[in-house]
Amino acid sequence: MERSAFGMTENDKPPSLDELDAQLREARRRLGGGTGQKDRPEGPTTSMNGLGLAFRIGTELVAGIAVGAGIGYALDRWLGTGPWLMVAFFFMGSAAGILNVYRAMGNLARRPTDDRP
Amino acid sequence: MASPLEQFKIESLIDLPRLGNYDVSYSNSALWMTVAVVVVTLFMVASTTRRALIPGRWQSMAELSYEFVANMLRENVGSAGMKFFPFIFTLFMFILAGNMLSMLPYSFAFTSHIIVTFGLALVVFIGVTIIGFVRHGAHFLGFFVPKGVPVVLLPLMIPIEVLSYLTRPVSLSIRLFANMMAGHTMMKVFAGFIISLGFIGGWAPLAADVALTGFEILVCFLQAYVFTVLTCIYLNDSIHLHH
Repeated sequence: MERSAFGMTENDKPPSLDELDAQLREARRRLGGGTGQKDRPEGPTTSMNGLGLAFRIGTELVAGIAVGAGIGYALDRWLGTGPWLMVAFFFMGSAAGILNVYRAMGNLARRPTDDRP
Repeated sequence: MASPLEQFKIESLIDLPRLGNYDVSYSNSALWMTVAVVVVTLFMVASTTRRALIPGRWQSMAELSYEFVANMLRENVGSAGMKFFPFIFTLFMFILAGNMLSMLPYSFAFTSHIIVTFGLALVVFIGVTIIGFVRHGAHFLGFFVPKGVPVVLLPLMIPIEVLSYLTRPVSLSIRLFANMMAGHTMMKVFAGFIISLGFIGGWAPLAADVALTGFEILVCFLQAYVFTVLTCIYLNDSIHLHH
């Protein structure tokens, strides 16, 4: 009666959805449960990743500088300390931006070997 | 000739009384967000009502989008991240629908407004930070102490790490908004050339605009993908505590 609900017309009796679901669940548990977090180091979307990464990198630098200068400016207005905090935070923001880019590239280079602890 | 930036103008469709200092009128931006939500909901609900063992066209599309997001999450976060699948999937479908609907003539690109993308990015940022603190407590602060750095350099490195963490919502939102706005402006600029160059010279910008439209559809998809994949990466950082 389960089968008729899904409108099966074939006679060769495909497995019911419940059986399939149980098998899938079992297979997933075997694949994903045992090895921990990183199941597949190489995905099917590597070319997508490359193009996505190209769009990613550019804004990281700009965002770092903008956030650094913005925080410095806000602190300067609050504390009344001339332009100095803005200058300091501008450089630290640039460093943070470069760090972000470095990290994004590092992840890319490290992904295939999967040497994460 | 109309300005190429006119397409981004927010107009109030239904005027509502002000809520304190805020204008909460139902604008064309809100209308297209509603359309995006309705389109995604209709697509997912209608294509999964008749769950066949051998999927039809619509069911295949729904299953494809499920598999796409699920694989992305599994690759970047691992099985611990599947708990957050509903949120990630909603985020991806909402941005994708918003981007794609903005390609229709006379529609409105709400993802080309930084306040919208910044709101989305802020939800991700705050959520991910809360998840980090809930999962690891005070250990989450160790995320800002880079490993293998001499102690002398730590006073310099920790503020840089904190700043790098704070840039996340900004870079996330700027990327989506800037790409959408730049692409849509470009299309309008070239469309303006078609008219002003007339019947003789207008064919070259017309060809360019056709190419740009195709490119813009690619960008629409890719930016939704990038936004979601970065959300996954940030989620991974706060669940597994390493860069």
